[in-house]
Formats: sequence, C-alpha cells, structure tokens
Amino acid sequence: MLAQLFRFKGGVKPPTNKTISVQEPIGQAPLPARLFVPLHQSIGGAPNPLVQAGDTVLKGQLIGGADAWVSAAVHAPTSGRVLAVEEHVAAHPSGLPTLCVVIEPDGRDEWIDRRPVDHHSLPPERVRELLRDAGVVGLGGAAFPSHAKLTPAHAVTMEQLVINGAECEPFMTCDDLLMRERADEIVRGIAIFRELLAAREVLIGIEDNKQEAIAAMQEAVLRLAPDYRVVAVPTRYPAGGAKQLIRVLTGKEVPASRRSTELGVQCFNVATVYTAYRALACGEPVLSRIVTLTGNVERPRNWEVWLGTPMREVVALARPRADSSSFLMGGPMMGFEIPDLDAPVVKATNCIIAGSPGLFPPPPPEMPCIRCGACAEVCPHELQPFELYWFSRARNFGKTQEYYIFDCIECGCCSYVCPSHIPLVQYFRFAKSEIWAREREKQAADAAKERFELRNARAEREQAEKAERLARAASARSTEKKASPEAAKAVDSPPAVAAGEPAAAAASDAETIRKAAIAAAMERARAQRELAQPKNTDRLSAEQEREIAAVEARRAVLPATAEPAGRAAGTGPPTGLQRGE
Amino acid sequence: MITALAIMALGAIVLGAALGYASIRFKVEGDPLVEKIEAILPQTQCGQCGYPGCRPYAAAISAGEADINLCPPGGMDGVRKLADLLGREVKPLEAEEKPKQIAIIDEQTCIGCTLCIQACPVDAIVGAAKQMHTIIEPLCTGCELCVKPCPVECISMQPIAENIDNWKWKYPVFEIKRAA
Repeated sequence: MLAQLFRFKGGVKPPTNKTISVQEPIGQAPLPARLFVPLHQSIGGAPNPLVQAGDTVLKGQLIGGADAWVSAAVHAPTSGRVLAVEEHVAAHPSGLPTLCVVIEPDGRDEWIDRRPVDHHSLPPERVRELLRDAGVVGLGGAAFPSHAKLTPAHAVTMEQLVINGAECEPFMTCDDLLMRERADEIVRGIAIFRELLAAREVLIGIEDNKQEAIAAMQEAVLRLAPDYRVVAVPTRYPAGGAKQLIRVLTGKEVPASRRSTELGVQCFNVATVYTAYRALACGEPVLSRIVTLTGNVERPRNWEVWLGTPMREVVALARPRADSSSFLMGGPMMGFEIPDLDAPVVKATNCIIAGSPGLFPPPPPEMPCIRCGACAEVCPHELQPFELYWFSRARNFGKTQEYYIFDCIECGCCSYVCPSHIPLVQYFRFAKSEIWAREREKQAADAAKERFELRNARAEREQAEKAERLARAASARSTEKKASPEAAKAVDSPPAVAAGEPAAAAASDAETIRKAAIAAAMERARAQRELAQPKNTDRLSAEQEREIAAVEARRAVLPATAEPAGRAAGTGPPTGLQRGE
Repeated sequence: MITALAIMALGAIVLGAALGYASIRFKVEGDPLVEKIEAILPQTQCGQCGYPGCRPYAAAISAGEADINLCPPGGMDGVRKLADLLGREVKPLEAEEKPKQIAIIDEQTCIGCTLCIQACPVDAIVGAAKQMHTIIEPLCTGCELCVKPCPVECISMQPIAENIDNWKWKYPVFEIKRAA
C-alpha cells in the first residue's frame, strides 16, 4: 500500500557522509578502567545519588533515583566498586563539571536480579513507572524521559504512533545499524508503546537513503506485526525532527508551543523503543547506547558503549588521524564541540565526529546580513531567522520572543545556507539562554519580594501582639491594685474606669512589672545556684566527720598553748577539711 | 441667547456629573507606575539606594525624588530598563557594579547570636539562638545586610559560581585575525 506523503517546508540537503561508518557491524566497546556515570542525564529533575564511595554495585543497580515525574533513573553499567560520588567534567558545551558516580569495574560484570515483566498484566501507570526507573529516555539526542510522553491525552484519541528512524543528521548511523541488526526488538518495543498510548496506527519513518534498514524493518514487521507501516521518507535534513516527521507522515502540523499528543500523534526514536523493550522484556535498564564514531578517523564504526565511559577511550577505538583537531558530539548540524575528552558518554551521545581543518574548515569571517531571505526559505519551522538575528544581536529579547524564537529547534539550516556565513544558531542560542536566565531572575525576585512582604507583615503582627499583651497585663494589674483598696473601702469599682485606663499609666505599670519580673528572676537564679552548688561540708562520710572533730579538738587546745599563733587559727576554719586531709 | 446659555449650562452640569462619577467609580488604587518600577527593581531589599527597600525606592522614583541610577544590584541593565519605562536619560550607575553574590556563613565560627537572622530582609537564614545558622543559598538575594551585624565576622559575600544549570551560551564573538 502506498501512503501519501507530505512535505515540510524548508530543509537542506547536506552531503550525508553516512556510508563510511556502516561498513562494519556494531562493535562492543570494552569496559574502561573507570566509569564516570553522570547522575543528570535527562531533561528534568536531577536524580539523587543512592550510593556512596566504597559501596559495591552490581550491573544494572540503581545509583540515581528519579527525582520528579519528569526525570529518569541512572544505573551502574557494570559491577564494581564506587570510588567516589564527585564532580566530573560533563558532556556539555560548557565543559563544566557535574555530579558523577565514579565506578571501578571489577571485571565480573555481575548482573542484578533481572526481572522481566509482562506489561500486559500491569496497569499502564506501573509500566510508566518501570520505564522511568529503568532510565528510558529519548535517545535521539534530546534525552527527554519517555514515560512522560506515554500518557495519552484524555480529550483526543491517539491516531498515530510515529517511530522515528529517519536519522537525518549527516555522518550519524547509530539508528541505521540498530534497525539493521535489532529490528525484532524494536518492533516488539513498538507494541509496548502502542498499547500504552492505545494508538490506532503505527508509522515507522525511515529516510530513503537507508535501504538496508528499511528492508530489515519491513521483514521484522511482516513477521511480528503486519499492521505497522514502514515508510521511506525523502532524504532531506531535518526530516528526523519530531514535528517534521509527523508532518511528512501524517500531514498534521503541530502548532507552536503545543504538544503533538493534542493532535493525536506521538513520536519516539527507534533506539528509545529498543531500550524500552529491553527494560520490560529482559529487565535490563539503560546501561549502554550505540555511538557512531566517524569523521577524520581510520576506522569509522558504530560501537555499543557503556554509559560513563570517558570519550577519550571511546574515540581511541576509531583511531583518529593525527590531524584531528576537534571532536564533535552529535552531528555536524546540531552538535557541539566537546571541550574536554575526559567527559563521559551519556544517554544523549549519539555520535562523536573527529574533525580536522580539512573536514570542517574554520568558518569564514561573518559578513553583514544582506537580507537575502535564504534562511527564511530553509527554516523548517517557518520562522524568519534574519529578523531573529537582528533582535538577538541587538539583545532585544522581547522582540525575539514576538518572532517566536522558542519555536526554533536549532537545526542549523539557516546557518548552513547563509551566504554571509553568519552563525545564526549561535545568536539564537545566546538569546534563548539570556531569556531563560532573565526569567529565572525574575522568578527569584518575585519570590524574594513575597518573602519580604510576609516578613514585614509578620514583624507588624508580632509588634501588635506584644503591645496588646502588655496593655492587657497592665490593665489586669491596675484593676487588681484598684480592687484591693476599694475592697477595703467596700466600694465597687466601676468597670468603665478599669477599661478606660490611660495609656501612660499602662506604660509605667508595664515598666514596674518588668522590673519586678527581673528581680524575681534574679532571686530564683540565686536560689537555684545555691541549691546546685553543695558546700564542701555537706554530705560527709563518717570518717571525714571524725577527722573534722579531731581537728576541731586540736584547734580548741591551740589558742591556750601557742598564743603567737592565734592569727593563723583565726583564719583557719574554712580550710579545715583540706588541712585535715 | 438664553437658550444657548441654558444648553451650555446643562451640558456643563451633565458632563461635570459624569466626570465626577467616573472619578469615584474608576478610581485607581495606588500608583500603577510604582508597581511597574518595582517590577524592574531586583527585590534585594538591600537599601543601598538609600531607601528602606525596593518599594520605597520605586515610590521615590515615581514621585521624582530619586534618580534612576541608585540601585547597584540592578546594574546598568536595570538603569536602562528604568530609563526606557520613564522616558529619562540613561545615566551611569552611582556605585560600581558587582557580580551577583550570595552570603556564606562560616559555620565553624558562628556563635548563634541570631543577629543576621533579624537583619535578613527575605528570611533566607535559618538558625536559632545558640544554634549554628546557615544561609538558604537559593533564597539569598546578596543584599549584604547580614554582613555588618555579625559580631564574629563569619559572614562573607561570595560571587555565584558558574555551573551547568546557570551556564549561558555566550554572545558569538570572533577573533579578528591579521590578514596575511
């Protein structure tokens, strides 16, 4: 059956450079001497460390528990000993450190007790929880926790489930190889997702430059789930963007700042589906991922790499050529230069490309924008990158938001075609992060203001309460005072007088009360002190009493016999006991 | 002549009554400009402007009593925004601009006197009498009001370090190279 395909606007056709890395099957990368597993590998809350230095962990053991609903767990990729839970450089464009669990593998690769589950027998919420605790996240590169995308919208029936095998980024072939080699698991994984979402139709979109993957998937679908459709989509970057692929396969256009679920479509990457299958059917959490090593290397190939392996060791597998000057994580269109190769491989690391001056020549100098509009023509989200550029450059962030900067997916098409070589995406990233920072600051300022106001209100209330308390005490005292002489005179005091006590009198009364209270407190303290400190003549033993008696007897004799020594005898008594000893 | 006068007088009475009613019915409580100015101020409540908090300063700006360049935590950015809002000239900041800071209590030295807790305008310090105090870092606005009251000088201001969560993409800058 031939389905009608749709077009998305814009897009570019960069040289794909994919054939070099598909010559060999997926290789299993060796275990490194140390694994640095970052705790925060997904979008959303950072997981809390569940282990500490010195602990032994098993392969697949939970080391970071999901912190919120949008968060995903992290596991130990192999068995070994936790050396530390410390900051280590992250796989991030900033090169700043992040909290990592450092594991020294013991080489035994000993699994935890793996419990395969039958997802049919479990309620959907439980399955979503299992996926979260297995650390299943979007492996296309965004690392969004998958379970959070697996809740069907109440209002709309789920029409289509789109499985993304397009892999439109040049150089990258990890999904291609995965589909070629592990098509069965992918198709079985799709069944789980389809059931959770109750999707009517399953569409597997694969770019038509991956014929072998298409064939493998078709064969698996035919055997296992004949009603899924494997669709070859035209090769055009960024056909693998979620919104673009949905557009191409279903003709539905997801509006700005809305989710595809609201239109009855949901989209998942093939690798994500594969890991979800492994998590449920084998009880194996996400411990490794397939990474394409390509570019300026002698042996481009796909490797299954343990998460947390330092990139330096991974890159060494591909033997980069001597003139390799930089390494990119992700594709050449959307990736970033890795600032430090000590950074570990994470769930978002789909590809590492060795760059050389020949492969990626340094960008020519930026020229002024000539308003040719080429960027607007290729923008797959129908934005106007040149306008966004003006406003980002001028730091006019309000205007950039009016031009929908947050719809930009940073695909890089505009920078790719710009005849003036303007790094447009960099300007947009700058503007976005500035806007986020301001938003954070604004929220913090608002919260601070609220706390300040609450504090002022509290101070006022406390002052009022204190004044009231004092006034009450004072009036009570004054009525008491009045009551006693008046009782003597046997005249009832009118209550109006007590109530109408002048404020000045109340204040002076308060002063006297305070003084009296202080005096009483001092008296109490003195009494307590005396009670607490026993005199050295208290609680004496019979022997000590006898000694004292002997001393006293001697002293009684002394003044009579030695008159000149009378001075000493006069000062003696308090230390009598010590002398007796 | 008389009718003309009568018509004008009637018109004046009707319109006057309408305006009088509107001024009571649609009276704006408070000064909306103060709200807008306050929204720009950083809410550190530090008093470095010479007013006891951000709102009094906003009121003073609105009344034309204070200049717009007295808020060091707001920085030049804040001055620019205020100038934009009020249609005034941008002026250089009165004090020097500092990077954002937070207060840190040296917990070994702290004697638990609670003086800093009383000084903190935004309730960002926890502790009790004769117990160690500490600063809730995400709540600290860096106003420095707790530094002075400390009798043992155990509070220091430290700039907020860059980390993955607050890291920002930089403005694209290219080195200018000498042509060969």
